Amino acid sequence: MIEANRLSQVQYAENFSDIHPPFETKDAALVEANRCLFCYDAPCMKSCPTSIDVPKFIKQIATENVKGSAHTIFSSNIMGAGCSKVCPVEKLCEGACVYNFMEEEPISIARLQRYSTEKAMSANWQLFKRKESTGKKVAIVGAGPAGLSCAHVLSREGIDVTIFEKENKGGGLMTYGIAAYKVTPQFCEAEVNYILGIGGIEIKYEQELGKNISLTDLQKEYDAVYLAIGVGLARQLEIPGEELEGVEDAIKFIYDIRDKGFDKVAVGDKVAVIGMGMTAIDAATQAKRLGAKEVTMLYRRTKEEMPCTQHELDIAMLDGCEIIWLASPKEIKGVDGKVNEIICSIMKLGEPDASGRRSPVDTGETFSLVVNMVIKAAGQMPFEALVDEFKIQNSKGKINITDSATNIPGVFAGGDCVNGGKEVVDAVQAGKDGAKAILDFINKNQNH
Amino acid sequence: MADISSNFLGIKSPNPFWLASAPPTDKKINVLRAFEAGWGGVVWKTLGSQVKNVSSRYSAVNFGAKKMMGFNNIELISDRPLHINLKEIEECLKLFPDRAMIVSLMADNDRESWHELIKKVEDTGAHGFELNFGCPHGMTERGMGAAVGQDPEVAKMVVEWVMEAATIPVITKLTPNVHSVVPTGKAVVEAGTNALSLINTIQSVTGIDLDTLVPNPYVAGKSVFGGYCGPAVKPIALKMLTTIAQNPITSKVPVSGIGGVSTWKDAVEFMLLGASNVQVCTAAMNHGFRIVEDMIEGMNNWMDEKGFKTLNDFIGKSVEKITHWEDLDINYHHIAHINQDKCIHCGLCYIACEDTSHQSINLEYGKPYNKYTIKEQECVGCNLCQLVCPVNDCITMVEHRVAPEYLNWIEFQKKGMPLNDH
Repeated sequence: MIEANRLSQVQYAENFSDIHPPFETKDAALVEANRCLFCYDAPCMKSCPTSIDVPKFIKQIATENVKGSAHTIFSSNIMGAGCSKVCPVEKLCEGACVYNFMEEEPISIARLQRYSTEKAMSANWQLFKRKESTGKKVAIVGAGPAGLSCAHVLSREGIDVTIFEKENKGGGLMTYGIAAYKVTPQFCEAEVNYILGIGGIEIKYEQELGKNISLTDLQKEYDAVYLAIGVGLARQLEIPGEELEGVEDAIKFIYDIRDKGFDKVAVGDKVAVIGMGMTAIDAATQAKRLGAKEVTMLYRRTKEEMPCTQHELDIAMLDGCEIIWLASPKEIKGVDGKVNEIICSIMKLGEPDASGRRSPVDTGETFSLVVNMVIKAAGQMPFEALVDEFKIQNSKGKINITDSATNIPGVFAGGDCVNGGKEVVDAVQAGKDGAKAILDFINKNQNH
Repeated sequence: MADISSNFLGIKSPNPFWLASAPPTDKKINVLRAFEAGWGGVVWKTLGSQVKNVSSRYSAVNFGAKKMMGFNNIELISDRPLHINLKEIEECLKLFPDRAMIVSLMADNDRESWHELIKKVEDTGAHGFELNFGCPHGMTERGMGAAVGQDPEVAKMVVEWVMEAATIPVITKLTPNVHSVVPTGKAVVEAGTNALSLINTIQSVTGIDLDTLVPNPYVAGKSVFGGYCGPAVKPIALKMLTTIAQNPITSKVPVSGIGGVSTWKDAVEFMLLGASNVQVCTAAMNHGFRIVEDMIEGMNNWMDEKGFKTLNDFIGKSVEKITHWEDLDINYHHIAHINQDKCIHCGLCYIACEDTSHQSINLEYGKPYNKYTIKEQECVGCNLCQLVCPVNDCITMVEHRVAPEYLNWIEFQKKGMPLNDH
């Protein structure tokens, strides 16, 4: 049976409490900061998509120059606070930490980053000064990590930025697409406000490209346009029974938890989650934390090929989620229009596919699971129809760019709408790259 | 098991670890706790002139996450009534007759005061005296402590007064707040002191509170120079100890080594440079008396491994290994080698060499891990890379002699060989 409000408020609070708690005390942060070796040309820094100077910001914590530390982080990554909570650091900075070679725990880089950036946010240290307005105007579509990052760099250079956001809050997937035990809606709102604190950036909410705004109008009114529209459409399984009540998209499920509150989101007794990416993990763990009795994750390949990190898989397993490898959904069955069973093909690994991973091949055998909810997290699709409509060159909906520029002069793009969906930190870097390209473009036009 | 029992001027103790004259030895309760913990002896906190202490008294220098790398104090000599100290010394001696009981003295600057004090203390049955010619604060302004130790003539005079009265061994403690400890050391040996101890604390300012702008330690908005000690001063103490051990006059008497001794290794180093035993204070103030357990075991195990049966088998063994620069062998050369299997790619060797040394390390860029190798032709063998490397034995210095024979600076010059050739 699917129902909401399964737990008490106390249980919700406990289940959704911060999974990576901050340092309790300054002393604790100092012990960790002092453990850092202060590497030269540091592997952690080179493994960060935004190239945060990790040894420098940690050294600054150690010298009790926390303001300088926050400045170092935000100079490279204006969403450094959010990234400290959501980055898969085990495959980025912390995964590259040289302590791993000594069989020692890597430096808790994310936790230290959180230490400095949270202090900066709570004290509202505005560490960047906007240059005097140049009178140039840039429109950004999407107030997610790429859009905000681009806007901040542009504003620092004196550009007047207007962001058009289809939701009623900023932050994009940070606000709507990540498990609530990693970041809270309050935090996301505070982070957006902190970024806007520099001035020169206006966000117009509930403005959706193709609905209430058109690219042509933006091109006319602004010196340049940056598309940071993300991806949004959940990939469908295209199997019988997908229309049954109880079949839901992971993106919507996660969005509802963030948007409506824990007690308002219905969850089944027995839940199947399709997929093994970060979104699948966030959906599975949160279904369990909302009170589902059994959660089973189904993935058509094996652990070797899974897109999520081992750390994320561990979270799901510690939450008591079952994992079935080499299981591909074949059909969802229901009674009275409601899900009650999922049939899966048993797969085996064949030859490597285009991604280099061994592709799953149907063995012809099947098994069935009794479930009353199916959450689909088989990936997201870019807005192919939308970008085609504007005649923007794309590859299956992913916008093609050269140095952030699309085929349309003055129109730039970056983030998930270009890469098809990567980490927040990748989108932040894309926003920086986009801003640089836009500034070059504006300067060039000015000189002609 | 090696024998680590110590005999210093006939004063016997089960091990060479004494507690220095300082707060840990200023009353019976502390001293009994120290003896119970296993310390071989104590130097009872300085008795003598009448004083009044202030609050606060201590401050420290931290280094990274390590607290109390250096420590300083502005405490004076014992501020307890003399008769109580004497009674307690006697009681401690009765309870632990096998431990060394030395009493530190600093009388007013006249012969009678010294004689009177010596008589009273000898009546307790104490085994020896240590003359405090080193205290750098509070007493110097009154012509005592370091004011005595800094002037060889004055020091000599006071030692002569002491030797007139003393019937038990006398150790003279030297101040490091001089350009060299040797002149005072020679003067007091000539005046008849039975032994020396060094170093006392070094005048210092440990730091300043960046909110109040008042240096540490804080006393009602002001501070004074304090006596610096702890691990930070050990290298200075070892150097001063060596000068005493290498001087023909001062080397005639036994020396008790003091200055940042925290572990058995430190103690062994002091003894290798000529100390017959060591005195400890800061390490005990940092961690308590229990540290002596590992000092005893550690020294014992090391002696067993090295085949030393008694302390005398290794005391002074490194003294002759410290020579004059012009006697060093110029034909000796070694070159760094990086073990690629151990390298963790931190780049610390590279940046240290590149920025501040001889640009002798090659960087082969990698993402995320660079490869670092030594440019053997460029390496001068300075050790910097090895010193900064966080991995044990990852960087080793491999001997590559320039020529097989010994060649020192003087002969090198005589031969007219090239200078400034690197």
